[in-house]
Amino acid sequence: MSKILYKEQLSENVYLMRLEAPLIAEERKAGQFIILQIDEDFGERIPLTIADANAEEGSITIIFQVVGLTTEELSLMNVGDAIPVLVGPLGTPTHIKNYGNVVCVGGGIGVAPLHPIAEALKAAGNNVTIIIGARNKELIILEDEMKKIADEFIICTDDGSYGRKALVTEPLKELCERDPKPDMVIAIGPPIMMKFCSETTRPYKVFTQVSLNTIMVDGTGMCGGCRVNVGGEVKFVCVDGPEFDGHLVDFDNMMQRLNAFKDIEEEKHHCHIDKLVELKEKEL
Amino acid sequence: MTYVPPEVIEEKVLEIYEDIKGRYAELKNKDKLKIPTVEMPAQDPHVRAHNLEEVAIGYTLEEAIVEANRCLQCPTQPCIDGCPVRIDIPAFIEKIALNEIQQSVDIIKEASLLPAICGRVCPQESQCQATCIVGKAKKDVDKAVAIGRLERFAADWERERGAIKVPEVKPETGKKVAIVGSGPAGLVVAADVRREGHDVTIFEAFHKLGGVMRYGIPEFRLPNDIVDIEISTLKKMGIKFQMNYVVGRTRKLTDLMAKDGFDAVFLGTGAGLPIFMGIEGENLVGVFSANEYLTRANLMRAFDREHADTPIYKSKVVAVLGGGNVAMDSARMALRLGAEKVYVIYRRTEVEMPARKEEVLHAKEEGIEFHFLQNAKRILGDEKGRVVGMECLRYELGEPDASGRRRPVVIEGSEFTIDLDTVIVAIGNGSNPLISQTVPELKVNKWGNIVVNEKQKSSVDKIYAGGDIVLGAATVILAMGEGRKAAASINELLAENVETEKEAEINS
Ligand SMILES: Cc1cc2nc3c(=O)[nH]c(=O)nc-3n(C[C@H](O)[C@H](O)[C@H](O)COP(=O)(O)OP(=O)(O)OC[C@H]3O[C@@H](n4cnc5c(N)ncnc54)[C@H](O)[C@@H]3O)c2cc1C
Ligand code: SF4
Ligand code: FES
Repeated sequence: MSKILYKEQLSENVYLMRLEAPLIAEERKAGQFIILQIDEDFGERIPLTIADANAEEGSITIIFQVVGLTTEELSLMNVGDAIPVLVGPLGTPTHIKNYGNVVCVGGGIGVAPLHPIAEALKAAGNNVTIIIGARNKELIILEDEMKKIADEFIICTDDGSYGRKALVTEPLKELCERDPKPDMVIAIGPPIMMKFCSETTRPYKVFTQVSLNTIMVDGTGMCGGCRVNVGGEVKFVCVDGPEFDGHLVDFDNMMQRLNAFKDIEEEKHHCHIDKLVELKEKEL
Repeated sequence: MTYVPPEVIEEKVLEIYEDIKGRYAELKNKDKLKIPTVEMPAQDPHVRAHNLEEVAIGYTLEEAIVEANRCLQCPTQPCIDGCPVRIDIPAFIEKIALNEIQQSVDIIKEASLLPAICGRVCPQESQCQATCIVGKAKKDVDKAVAIGRLERFAADWERERGAIKVPEVKPETGKKVAIVGSGPAGLVVAADVRREGHDVTIFEAFHKLGGVMRYGIPEFRLPNDIVDIEISTLKKMGIKFQMNYVVGRTRKLTDLMAKDGFDAVFLGTGAGLPIFMGIEGENLVGVFSANEYLTRANLMRAFDREHADTPIYKSKVVAVLGGGNVAMDSARMALRLGAEKVYVIYRRTEVEMPARKEEVLHAKEEGIEFHFLQNAKRILGDEKGRVVGMECLRYELGEPDASGRRRPVVIEGSEFTIDLDTVIVAIGNGSNPLISQTVPELKVNKWGNIVVNEKQKSSVDKIYAGGDIVLGAATVILAMGEGRKAAASINELLAENVETEKEAEINS
């Protein structure tokens, strides 16, 4: 059981929450995630990256976008409410060292998991360039926090409503063409963005890491539901990852697997909305 | 064998019951051998294929008494030798024959802590019933005394009366024991160690307790209520439970001892690493490990499509690869989730199948199709990456291998394709490396199983292990047996500690 200590809406569909979780706060490292359930009996288990932690307060921060049933219900919960199931920290922490010049690319909500990693890379002595991108200005999150870490900072939006009107791959390509080129790139965001970031850096042979957010059930390596093909080998994202060499990941298969339950989820979502409407009507 | 409705079984049994009632002492072996086996009453196959309720209904009192009268009370007691935890089988059966059910339960519980569970899931036909003289005399193991059904009857009788006794706990010793994993191995260690007055905490990664008994074995074979009641007894003994706690991640094993002051640890983390075939198409949408499929259905309750948030694949035609209990459970679950056709595809023949015989029989009655001497070669997908078919190969049995089983050999050029939309891989489980990776001193063998000595102690002091993490995917009863041994060793270790502490106190 974990109490919600703080809640803030970052953009239309994006929320930040601080949750009481003293053990996780103490153990977690950059790159790790938690799994939560909002109903002990009938809830589904969803993975969320730990965006930040405060060991003294015994809390962790999660940032999530409303994309399905659970994130929607989570967004309706308030300070003081308790999340019945919270387990972590899961996954292998990011390998942090001094690479030299690193580029951190965050797309949309992907900026949240990127934040602790960028912070750790900076602390390890790297020269950190940060690119963040979103569809429009409203969807940019953690701008100030990221700016603080960055030696060089680039913002892009798809519609040009803020920063450069470009996809993140554009400045990424330019950075790869510079001399010296980056020693390492880490890209976190929607699968399609990570795929194209990997494709962008491939010709320049710049080591590129991506953080995969597959479907998960247990999160401890027991079910294989999170498996991906990396360099021809089957890997479990929840234990071997979530970070992998982007040049080796089979993104197409991963994206297909992400859609495995789309039809069922949509059906459920409709029922769910009907139920919410019904409840509201009763209230009135 | 064809399905016999419960009323028919009961009617037949009542006749015999009237005949033998009160005559237990008089019955000679030849009379006993004339009593036919009392079949297990079960739900109608057509009905049960669409519900999650328990398939086997269990004996009535009269049925149990009649079956118990079939036991010859052999002085050599070969059935006991066949039982991994050496239950005094003839003794508990005699009590049932005499309608002294509570005494019968007490005898079973001296050796086995979870009889309602073991009576349901043990592979009796290869353990106690394999060695039973009645089965031998009739040259048919199916005609052996139904020891498992009787065990279940006695345990259910006690539970249904709310008569489960909470074992006595000795005065607190102040010693702390951590148990990792709440499967049968962990639960048994917890009970046995707590009885000695030690402070026991069970750490479990999931939000529900019971290990495979909860997330793997389905409700229709082992109802959750039964597991819950066993666990509530442990709670009444003062055992503490920490759910949502992954040892090795939430906290390091070494920290549990160094920082949290646990004096000993038992690892009962099970065999939770699904093995895949390594064939083409295995990552397509619609291919699941049995662990994933069953966890969604059981633990996450996806069977209850209306209430559960966790989705489960909508399948029409399903192939399950494998021949063990896990394969049977997956196949029968798929059927209950609405599949129109379910195939079990197994490389060898029916005789080599490791599944419990009763499960195979039940699966057949429910309409599962068995394809022996076949195996998958590759799984075929469409442009969206979804499963549409599977290419298979035929096999024949060759020379026996190291295990004595005849090795299946591929028939070259025998490829054929079947249309389907779902493949469930149930070919076994390896051991989860999560803990051993975080404690490098912990010795494991080449399969990743923790190496222990005859006292279940690992290569690291104060750390014990047992169950599937030591044996590889095995059985509930073997996990319990190892748990019992480990608990005895832990109790011995802690008793020594208490002694030396007392001495130190006196000397100071
Ligand atoms: C589908 C299926 C059907 C089966 N049918 C039968 C049958 O009919 N008869 C039979 O005898 N056997 C059967 N078995 C096998 C039997 O269930 C196992 O042998 C038995 O449960 C092993 O017990 P265990 O205590 O060693 O581990 P498990 O029951 O596997 O329990 C291990 C527990 O440890 C937890 N855990 C793991 N790692 C950690 C960690 N790091 N921190 C905290 N917790 C952790 C897991 O979540 C799990 O709850 C079946 C198995 C399956 C999968
Ligand atoms: S071997 Fe069979 S008949 Fe003999 S005592 Fe055991 S259960 Fe009874
Ligand atoms: S989520 Fe089950 S193995 Fe990764």
